[in-house]
Amino acid sequence: MEAVSEKITLDNQLTDWYFTNRDQLMSSSNSVFNSVRPAAMESFRKLGIPDSSFENYKSTNIPKVFLSPLHKYIEQRKILFAVEDLFHCDIPELDTELVLLVNGWFYENRPRLQVLPGGMIIGSMAEAAKEYPDLIKQHYSKYADYEKDGLVALNTAFAQDGTFIYVPKGAGGDRAVQIVNVLLSPEDLFVQHRNLVIVEDNATARVVVCDHSLSARHFLTNSVTEIYLGPNSHLDYVKLQNENDNSNQIATSFVHQERGSDAVFNTITLHGGLIRNNVYTRLNGEGASNQTLGLSLVDETQHIDSYTFVDHAAPNCNSHQNFKYILDDQATAAFTGRILVRQNAQKTIAYQANNNILMTSEARVNTKPQLEIYADDVKCSHGATVGQLDPNAIFYLQSRGISKREARLLLMYAFGHEILNKISVEPLRVRLSDLVDKRLRGELSRCNSCPLHCQETC
Amino acid sequence: MNGDQDPIIKQVTQGDYKYGFVTELDNDALPKGLNEDIVRRISAKKEEPEWLLEIRLKAFRYWLTMKKPEWAHLKIPPIDYQDIIYYSAPKNNKPTGSFEDVDPELLKTFDKLGIPLDEQKHLSGFAVDAVMDSISVKTTFKESLGELGIIFSSFSDAVREHPDLIKKYMGSVVPYRDNFYAALNSAVFSDGSFVYIPKGVRCPMELSTYFRINAANTGQFERTLIVAEEGAYVSYLEGCTAPMRDENQLHAAIVEIVAHTDAEVKYSTVQNWYPGDKNGLGGIFNFVTKRGICLGDRSKISWTQVETGSAVTWKYPSCILRGESSVGEFYSVAVTNNHQQADTGTKMIHIGKNTRSTIVSKGISAGKGQNSYRGLVRVVKNADNARNYSQCDSLLLGDQCGAHTFPYIEVDNETAVVEHEATTSKIGEDQIFYCNQRGIDTETAIGLIVNGYAREVLNKLPMEFAVEAQKLLQISLEGSVG
Amino acid sequence: MLSIRNLKAAINGREILKGINLEVKEGEVHAIMGPNGSGKSTLASVLAGRDLFTVTGGEVLFEGKNLLDLSPEVRARAGIFLGFQYPVEIPGVSMTNFMRTAINEQRKYRGLPEMNATEFLKLMRDKKALMEIDSALASRSVNEGFSGGEKKKNEIFQMAMLEPRLAILDETDSGLDIDALKTVATGVNRLRRPDNAMIVITHYQRLLDYIVPDFVHVLSGGRIVKSGDKTLAYELEEKGYDWIKEENEE
Ligand SMILES: Nc1ncnc2c1ncn2[C@@H]1O[C@H](COP(=O)(O)OP(=O)(O)OP(=O)(O)O)[C@@H](O)[C@H]1O
Ligand SMILES: [Mg+2]
Repeated sequence: MEAVSEKITLDNQLTDWYFTNRDQLMSSSNSVFNSVRPAAMESFRKLGIPDSSFENYKSTNIPKVFLSPLHKYIEQRKILFAVEDLFHCDIPELDTELVLLVNGWFYENRPRLQVLPGGMIIGSMAEAAKEYPDLIKQHYSKYADYEKDGLVALNTAFAQDGTFIYVPKGAGGDRAVQIVNVLLSPEDLFVQHRNLVIVEDNATARVVVCDHSLSARHFLTNSVTEIYLGPNSHLDYVKLQNENDNSNQIATSFVHQERGSDAVFNTITLHGGLIRNNVYTRLNGEGASNQTLGLSLVDETQHIDSYTFVDHAAPNCNSHQNFKYILDDQATAAFTGRILVRQNAQKTIAYQANNNILMTSEARVNTKPQLEIYADDVKCSHGATVGQLDPNAIFYLQSRGISKREARLLLMYAFGHEILNKISVEPLRVRLSDLVDKRLRGELSRCNSCPLHCQETC
Repeated sequence: MNGDQDPIIKQVTQGDYKYGFVTELDNDALPKGLNEDIVRRISAKKEEPEWLLEIRLKAFRYWLTMKKPEWAHLKIPPIDYQDIIYYSAPKNNKPTGSFEDVDPELLKTFDKLGIPLDEQKHLSGFAVDAVMDSISVKTTFKESLGELGIIFSSFSDAVREHPDLIKKYMGSVVPYRDNFYAALNSAVFSDGSFVYIPKGVRCPMELSTYFRINAANTGQFERTLIVAEEGAYVSYLEGCTAPMRDENQLHAAIVEIVAHTDAEVKYSTVQNWYPGDKNGLGGIFNFVTKRGICLGDRSKISWTQVETGSAVTWKYPSCILRGESSVGEFYSVAVTNNHQQADTGTKMIHIGKNTRSTIVSKGISAGKGQNSYRGLVRVVKNADNARNYSQCDSLLLGDQCGAHTFPYIEVDNETAVVEHEATTSKIGEDQIFYCNQRGIDTETAIGLIVNGYAREVLNKLPMEFAVEAQKLLQISLEGSVG
Repeated sequence: MLSIRNLKAAINGREILKGINLEVKEGEVHAIMGPNGSGKSTLASVLAGRDLFTVTGGEVLFEGKNLLDLSPEVRARAGIFLGFQYPVEIPGVSMTNFMRTAINEQRKYRGLPEMNATEFLKLMRDKKALMEIDSALASRSVNEGFSGGEKKKNEIFQMAMLEPRLAILDETDSGLDIDALKTVATGVNRLRRPDNAMIVITHYQRLLDYIVPDFVHVLSGGRIVKSGDKTLAYELEEKGYDWIKEENEE
């Protein structure tokens, strides 16, 4: 009962916050955002913050993370020092274009939009909405359904800024765009950002997202990312979640794929408090293929919850989901993966796996892999396992002179390797493998000279 | 599926229901509708003791506060609970238990269903409790089993003859608050079977209950309770059919199993309620709560089900593995054809240390059938070394049907090993061609392949039932072959 | 017995068989050799009635009947047996059940009564002994978990059970160890009768040492480009296929 009234209070507070600031929100934003704002808010009022009465949110207490007192702002706050002085990514040979968001806002000391050779455009979402309203209108809020999830509705109601990436027809290539989401604040903070990635026909995008917290504060991020993949385009998307353990994050991504496109969407979770990742994929055109992957190493009282939904809406597509969790201490985890094969989606090949290793008696996992199939000429399978490291394998390694500790580390590393291997940007793969290895060893798992000393500060 | 195979699939998937006849009997029925008075009158008809009436009333009052479950992957039209007859019994049946006193019409009916109630004619090795609508008609071999201390009787007889056992165990595994349909059953249940196997006794024959719905507009609400004392063993079978009627009929049963230390209970079901016609008209709504508890160490409960009937099936035979090293098993074949829907699976709750469970589920969807597996495997905190293996396969025949898999795995102990695998596919064209090349036509080939696919589960049934079930699979899928 | 005239067949619009002519008489053994992908298995499949391939031209007569009009099972019942290059696994269906169904279907077609269980099991036993098949193999599911060689042996065992008029053996020798090859060849030879015939597809002349063919044909690019007697096989073994291709180009 108490939880119910808390949720109502919470929903009301957020609604009030909207109406108090509506005029300012409207006047400071472009009509692209403003045109869907009222409907999104209407939907939020209906849905509210999802609590455990929503089947998809049963395993994670979302209202709880909203209840701790957080500062909320609807305008960009000045930060006291220059992030770029502190930040430079040292991964050798990682040649990237940088987009920097601080607390969900595009970092002010950088050019707000850059047109790269080849026509690719990267930069601030707010700026892009002003500069290219027609382009953005075609895609904005077209994939992120705010009528089903209160968190998406909330994000849409308040959307102001975020990252924008546009790869025109045939453009793009090996060079990756690196998005660094920095949380930096003297006070506890609620952050939302809204991102859009448009990859047109035959174009290629490689995106690396690094989530870092720079202050030892409590943060809560509620982000929504929409990704459109045109016919025969390619996407390689890696998201590294590495915030302090007081930072909670809800990240919802929508990947819309047209004919012949292929996508790899990979989330690596190292640190953070409560993390909920939603990845909705729609295979909308024939012959599209998708891999949605995740590797999470969590300990202490961390909680990771991944929800994936792959909607096979066209024939001859294939999808592959693979999520691996290693849970230490009192960490808890949940996985829900849903594959829907619609009646016309013949010749679908879909696979889904969730494998978990529990390291302690207090770690806990719930997993719900689901298949919902309405076409007959398909090959679909899923599997889920929960277990420990194979004692025979540990013994085998020990018999070769490897210490038990090292043997366990080796096996855990091997467990995660399958996911890391799918990272196509080589220097990034090497670095992330290194971070994972360090994380397993309990060492600092931030990049060597990345000045975002998230771990030290907390 | 290529063009010329479709008509074959169609033909193959249009089997006829062979048990759809109605027996003309005089019925002693209560009026339609559900209220406290009806509950009291059911209890009075059965001359029940006060304590049982109290349970019924509590259940009824609780049921009034409940909502029907909505989470299953089923489309169920609203059910008017006031439009159902909750008690209907064939009139000329004197419950003396002797063969001579059974109405010959009833005997004929069961003969026609292949269940002769004359012990002389009976399939060797089987004892039967035959239940028609709301009452048990006849229980065979009651006396000879009694010599071993085994109690095998109708539930009503057991209430009279063994009230202490009933009081002790009834509702101990499925309390009336468990769910909507369990509460409903607890309020209005009419009859069913009771089995008690004393310490150290292996029941020498298969015990079985045959359920038959006959009267129109009538719901069937039976309860089965099986108690196996330390070291006891029993294999129990359940079969069911109903006439073809255009309206939907409700069947909401409860089965409770208690297995003490080292006891083993095998429970097999061949469910063949009337599935409705090809257009989805009529058929039984089958909402059943089945649960067993492995109370003692090293006890074992094994569920095997072949589900070919019913318009809607909502059923999750479950095991609570409380005793150390206890074992739970669930083997299931579910066929949905035409407009049938099934949401079925199991729950394996690992509480004791070293508990093991196995789940094998084979779904077959044809026509416009929707078939869902839903299963929960939970390993609680102290259930060290729990093991579960689940395998859920779905086979799709035709492109109008659906196959869905919803496993829930909750693990709270790091020494657990839980594995779940599921696949969905259609019959390979290369398999059909291989059979064709040996001279086997496509229809027969599909029958062969489907039976092969279900083999692992059919093998778990007692021999006679396995053959029966195999035929049933063919009938429910193959118009011309059965 | 079998006459193939200008047979053309395609898959997904791509023509694989480009006009095959072949005449097989009672008592004859024909060997077909040819490079990978030349269409040998396609020919075998088309003769057996696999609908994956579309016949785009020509005709096939089998004992005077138009073979192409018949469904695969009717062809089988009429006496055509295909030993598959890649035998198919059918989980859960026991070899015994499979064979009994097949034999009884064929007997029904020929107007014979069903074979009773005792007769059938005796037949199984005899043929297993003949083919030196492990008893355990027959109680397992059709081809499921069989090794490559076991699958091939199992094909010949089925041939022995069904006693076809025309057997088409598609690379039955590949994957067999030396002893198994001899067993299979001996088995096949025992099934040779003056009133039946065989088409043996192989890459190795070695098999033809055991099963001596009356004719050897070379299939290349969807056509029979050369025919000869058994010496042609030796020639191929020695020189490969290039010289035939060259010869043809000239
Ligand atoms: N199912 C199929 N789909 C598409 N192409 C096919 C298919 N089956 C065969 N082909 C093509 O047809 C051609 C002939 O194949 P076939 O299997 O008849 O060759 P083969 O002579 O038996 O070769 P091998 O000696 O390797 O067995 C090849 O190019 C092959 O790729
Ligand atoms: Mg071949």
